[in-house]
Amino acid sequence: MGLVSARSGTSRLLPRLALSSRQSEALTGILMASPWILGFLIFIVGPMVISLYLSFTRWDLFTEPRWIGLRNYEQLIFRDAKFLLSLKVTTIYAFVSVPLQVSLGLVLATLLNQKIRLLGFFRTVYYLPSVIGGIAVAVMFRWIFGTQFGLINGMLATVGIQGPSWLGDPDLVLVSFVLMSMWGAGSSMLIYLGALQGIPTELYEAADVDGAGTLAKFFRVTVPMMTPVIFFNMVMGIITALQEFVLPFIMTRGGPANSSTFLVLYLYRNAFELFKMGYASAIAWIIFIYIMVLTIFIIRSSSMWVYYEGSLKGR
Amino acid sequence: MAERVARLPAQGSDTNWLEQAKRLSIYLVLLAGAIIVFIPFAWTLSTALKAPDRLAEFPPRWIPDPIVWGNFPEAVTIKPFGRWFLNTLFVVGVATTGTIMSASLVAFSFARLRWPGRNLLFLVLLATMMLPDQVTLIPTFVLFRHLGWVNTYLPLIAPPFFARNAFFVFLLRQFFMTIPLDLDDAARMDGASFFQIYLRIMLPMSKPALAVAAIMFSQFKWKEFLAPLIYLNKQEMFTVSLGLRTFIGESWGTEWHLMMAANIIFMIPLILIFFFAQKYFIQGVVITGVKG
Repeated sequence: MGLVSARSGTSRLLPRLALSSRQSEALTGILMASPWILGFLIFIVGPMVISLYLSFTRWDLFTEPRWIGLRNYEQLIFRDAKFLLSLKVTTIYAFVSVPLQVSLGLVLATLLNQKIRLLGFFRTVYYLPSVIGGIAVAVMFRWIFGTQFGLINGMLATVGIQGPSWLGDPDLVLVSFVLMSMWGAGSSMLIYLGALQGIPTELYEAADVDGAGTLAKFFRVTVPMMTPVIFFNMVMGIITALQEFVLPFIMTRGGPANSSTFLVLYLYRNAFELFKMGYASAIAWIIFIYIMVLTIFIIRSSSMWVYYEGSLKGR
Repeated sequence: MAERVARLPAQGSDTNWLEQAKRLSIYLVLLAGAIIVFIPFAWTLSTALKAPDRLAEFPPRWIPDPIVWGNFPEAVTIKPFGRWFLNTLFVVGVATTGTIMSASLVAFSFARLRWPGRNLLFLVLLATMMLPDQVTLIPTFVLFRHLGWVNTYLPLIAPPFFARNAFFVFLLRQFFMTIPLDLDDAARMDGASFFQIYLRIMLPMSKPALAVAAIMFSQFKWKEFLAPLIYLNKQEMFTVSLGLRTFIGESWGTEWHLMMAANIIFMIPLILIFFFAQKYFIQGVVITGVKG
């Protein structure tokens, strides 16, 4: 740094305006970060403040918002059965589908980590569902889960079983969604595969010496070493799943009998179909607080089961 | 492979036989999984090639008879599909450019320049990655509506220029951190400004990471659904993802053969890019430890 400031001899000519190299670096830094800083203020801080305000109002978008205090929240938490149902089904979906996806992804990665031939092929195939993602998958499975002409029931019928109404039965629709999410479970496999290759082979060799079998090695070495990665993907997966919108919107429109009306779909309905902007803002804040509390809770509890190797020697 | 074979203890054929059986079962499980992944795609293609009166055939028939290629041209002509495709290309192109420009600049600042509050703001930036979009959805809609941006592409393409998707700042910053500082110092001694270092050193050295970011973002944008749904309500303005929905009829009115043909056309760019740029996808996971 000394060399740089030594070069700027010209700054003597303008003693007051001249910036030290450190100041000019700071100024450039802030200037270069300003697109994000501005975006953060315009698209995140501002809207959050406004949506918090709106959540205390009744507003139909066309007239002035009317302040009603906590009434939206009271209504949602104590009287809106549809909202409570949507909270319930979204939670069930997230907490069933994500751990299942994580376990399946982990198993696949472990299998692929055996110096297997065709590794590239399997990796590509298993990753494909997440490349397609979202709407295309929803459209495909709406057809496959069809009661009368769907592929699954067609196959079942060929062996003499009359298939159920996968998306039309309130007790089954979540099961169908979970099954469908399992179809994309291979996508997280890539991450686990990377992490697996980072586990020191000495650990397995030591386990071999102790006479550990395949399963013992998986549960005693692989899983503990993988807990940081598993943990991170579990948290992110649950956060994402709690915000699922496209699947129910395309596949069931939230039905039957609201049994697949996920939180964000319920928010969307209130905001953009019923124009209850204040009410919808309150829903948004409940989703936000729910996700935040959950994340904090999971992170707090993580010390009980996440194992960070070399948390001392790292960084 | 050779190393593996060498490590195997030569304890006679028993162990070898067991090892073989184990490998075989692994292959079988992996293969079964691959087939399960393939089935929905195969069924989509099969449906897209069927005549409308053959959709309900029992038992399900995989290879349609007759094969109706005409479903593809029909699907793209009964709806303004060509227009949708161009709309989407435009939105994806502009938004990706915006994200790469803003995210790389911001990432450079976070990775290389020292300024007060930088570390704190970086934590804030990381936190915004966890923020559920719903909390900002309604006021953002109100803002854009107030600006008269409803039924324009601006709500879809303006925020990327402000690095609205912090994940990409994070990704590029992580990559910039791996480039040796000596290069900057040398350039500084030669009198280069920070902006020149960003433009002449960082960007050229980070082509792989920029490619990762561009591919991940454009794939995300191609599939984006909620924002187009909220902001675009004239059919000719739709993106392809939004247009797909128009094939779904009320209860039983859906023309599945056309819907599936449209779905395939929608998926083709995603799949093609994935196949040709696979190493970048894997790279993305390696840099960040997160899937896109």
